[in-house]
Amino acid sequence: MVPTTYYIALSAILFTMGVAGVLIRRNAIIIFMSVELMLNSANLAFVAFARQFASLDGQIFVFFVMTVAAAEVAVGLALIVAIFRTKKSINVDEINTLRG
Amino acid sequence: MTIELSLFFLLALIAMLAAGGMLLSRNAVYSALFLIVNFATVAVFFLLLGAPFIAMAQVTVYAGAIMVLFLFVIMLLGAERLRQKSVLPWQAPLAVVLGIVLLVEAGVVIVTRGLGAPPPALSETAAAGFGGPQAIGASLFTTYLLPFEVTSVLLLAAMVGAIVLTRDEKGKSQIPNSKSQTGK
Repeated sequence: MVPTTYYIALSAILFTMGVAGVLIRRNAIIIFMSVELMLNSANLAFVAFARQFASLDGQIFVFFVMTVAAAEVAVGLALIVAIFRTKKSINVDEINTLRG
Repeated sequence: MTIELSLFFLLALIAMLAAGGMLLSRNAVYSALFLIVNFATVAVFFLLLGAPFIAMAQVTVYAGAIMVLFLFVIMLLGAERLRQKSVLPWQAPLAVVLGIVLLVEAGVVIVTRGLGAPPPALSETAAAGFGGPQAIGASLFTTYLLPFEVTSVLLLAAMVGAIVLTRDEKGKSQIPNSKSQTGK
């Protein structure tokens, strides 16, 4: 078996890449994808710990995280589409006013 | 033993390269495809960790449904190419530095408090259905029944929210050339 530490380290690396994506990129959709990457790395840590402690609770939590991610993507992409209709752009630098 | 370890490193390399490709590619469609590769490798990790049900859910929900939604919106908006003319030029290097700091911090925690030994082998009875649909379902519908039901309310709220947010208000479309549709 691969030690759990390796999985946690990989999870940390993927999470950091997601953080860097959120901070560096200006395209709202790519920022959103980076958030998905972070959620996914957290899922990897959950499953690794579930295996370490031979308990199914971690896998159940992954199930709930996936559900929340799906709901978040649906609402977030709807928001992006609505913003694109009014501003004609999804560059987050140009979306800096509260009114459309 | 060695086969599993080498498989882990190969898959970890693919996952990291895919994540890097997602971050750096100019075209948002390529980013989405790189992210699908990443999700697929993570699904294989789930299989290695004894979570077949979660692995299949990962492939269908993430790599299937969610990424199709992403690709659909990217192509609908025609926003695959965005000029990266930043208003804050100092922000990207700072972000990279802060990301490295975060990674070092996490590394220190993992190395000092880490679980160096491989996880204990499952006993015969536990290994039989660990992570399978039956075990997950039994736990989901007994211990976690209330969170499971709350999840359905969450999904309903997300569905209603998505429909309301993207609805074209017919009453407001009288203003000329404000609603010329954004086809391309």
